Amino acid sequence: MTSFLQQAFNGLVSGGFYALLALGLAVIFGMLRVVNFAHGALYMLGAFGAVVLSDSLGLGFWWALLIVPLVLAAAGMLVERLLVHRLAALDPLYNFLLTFGIALVCQDLMRMKYGSHSQPYAGAPFPGSLDLGLFTFPTYQVFVLCVAAVVCLAVWLLLTRTRIGTVVRAATERPETTRAFGIDTGRWVTPVFGFGAGLAALAGVLAAPMRAVNSSMGADLIIIVFAVVVIGGLGSIPGAVTAGFLIGMLQALGNLYVPVLSQTSVYLLMAVVLLVRPAGLFGKEEHA
Amino acid sequence: MRGVSAHYDEARVLDEVSLRIGEGEVVTLVGRNGAGKTTLLRCVMGLHQRMTGEVTFAGRDISTAAPHRRARLGLGFVPDDRGIYAGLTVEENLTLPPVPAAARSSGSPWSLERIYESFPVLAQRRRTSGARLSGGEQQMLALARVLRTGARVLLCDEPTEGLAPIVVQRIGEIIRGAKEHGVGVLLVEQNVRFATTVADRHYLLAQGRIVRSLDNTEVREREHELLQYLGL
Repeated sequence: MTSFLQQAFNGLVSGGFYALLALGLAVIFGMLRVVNFAHGALYMLGAFGAVVLSDSLGLGFWWALLIVPLVLAAAGMLVERLLVHRLAALDPLYNFLLTFGIALVCQDLMRMKYGSHSQPYAGAPFPGSLDLGLFTFPTYQVFVLCVAAVVCLAVWLLLTRTRIGTVVRAATERPETTRAFGIDTGRWVTPVFGFGAGLAALAGVLAAPMRAVNSSMGADLIIIVFAVVVIGGLGSIPGAVTAGFLIGMLQALGNLYVPVLSQTSVYLLMAVVLLVRPAGLFGKEEHA
Repeated sequence: MRGVSAHYDEARVLDEVSLRIGEGEVVTLVGRNGAGKTTLLRCVMGLHQRMTGEVTFAGRDISTAAPHRRARLGLGFVPDDRGIYAGLTVEENLTLPPVPAAARSSGSPWSLERIYESFPVLAQRRRTSGARLSGGEQQMLALARVLRTGARVLLCDEPTEGLAPIVVQRIGEIIRGAKEHGVGVLLVEQNVRFATTVADRHYLLAQGRIVRSLDNTEVREREHELLQYLGL
């Protein structure tokens, strides 16, 4: 029982990362119809950002948590304005190739600079473990889970309780008609892209103290996040978050009970979901 | 609009179409499926990319204006699928289009309260998803939504399609009410009989051209001929 709970908790923590990343992918896809392949690279850059701030500027974790997402959100907005935007009118495949290319460039640049081994992160907060009754758990990871949950909730409230959120949801559902209702959807595209990028960077900073920081960390993770987004339903915000936590649990418990399947379980679930509900758990069938 | 042509790939769907809608005038556009009616509305709204010719609104050339600009100038769009958002509540659907400052200061006769008074069903279901309304309720929501913005011209794409006679009648009342307030309406309509109850003039569109302009008596006299022509 204890190992079950402990493993479930592990699953929730990695689910938190999946949820944060999938959330960013989902808002970007919803608003721009762009599958951002560079999302994993942003996560990786976020983690490196924390390492660099700590090593060369002596800025600790809390500064990184604030600065890195903002800087990478700004970088994301720049990329959207200068590159993604120009390809928006073409086949979505072009932006897919563009963001894939950006991901590869970022990854190789970091490998050139830091090599392929992992970077140690010195500034980890909350050392030690928390006694949760039946088992103890690293305090930092409890913190990560809380941050992920709070951020997901905040994004949900932002989308459902504010005017900007309504506009974003409307533009996600019917990009063209929304313009015909007097809303300049183009104005929101860049900020939304930046927001998604910032969320990926935030996940990266959170990962720095507990995960191996290296140039391929994003590429390894993003494949699973794509599966998460597909399972949750492309562009669906609650779908992305729920599927994120679900996959985290599935992997962790799979590891415990059926170790052979732990790597494939995600893709098995994806195949089943696609067969039963092609639009994903929370997706709606696209109307013409 | 004057001399408007539109293309899809190589095909020309509108060929030098010119028409005009006066203040408080209801004009219908009748024609077979594929005659170019929906494309024409999309051209007026600025949603069709490949268009030549001129669209003017209140003396202003808006041919190159973005769709959201045209909406804010006073064009109200009711698309053929009604354009109701499933992910938004009825009230969010209703208040999504911004009310331009000009319309707000002149006191639009369709404030949110007024709309809820005239459509109690929308008031009752203001918190439910737009997708859970019936077809008729969705159509009323679509019309109320653009009226609330103080739009001066409505572009309605087959608002009565697939609706029960009693609902069609209600939609007729809404359109006549708008007309009384000086709102012009361009109505794409297959239901010729309904069209004569609300409209002042009718344009017959065929193969992307306006082949005939008719008034109500002409339509009534030649209803049979017209229906045959439309293939109904």
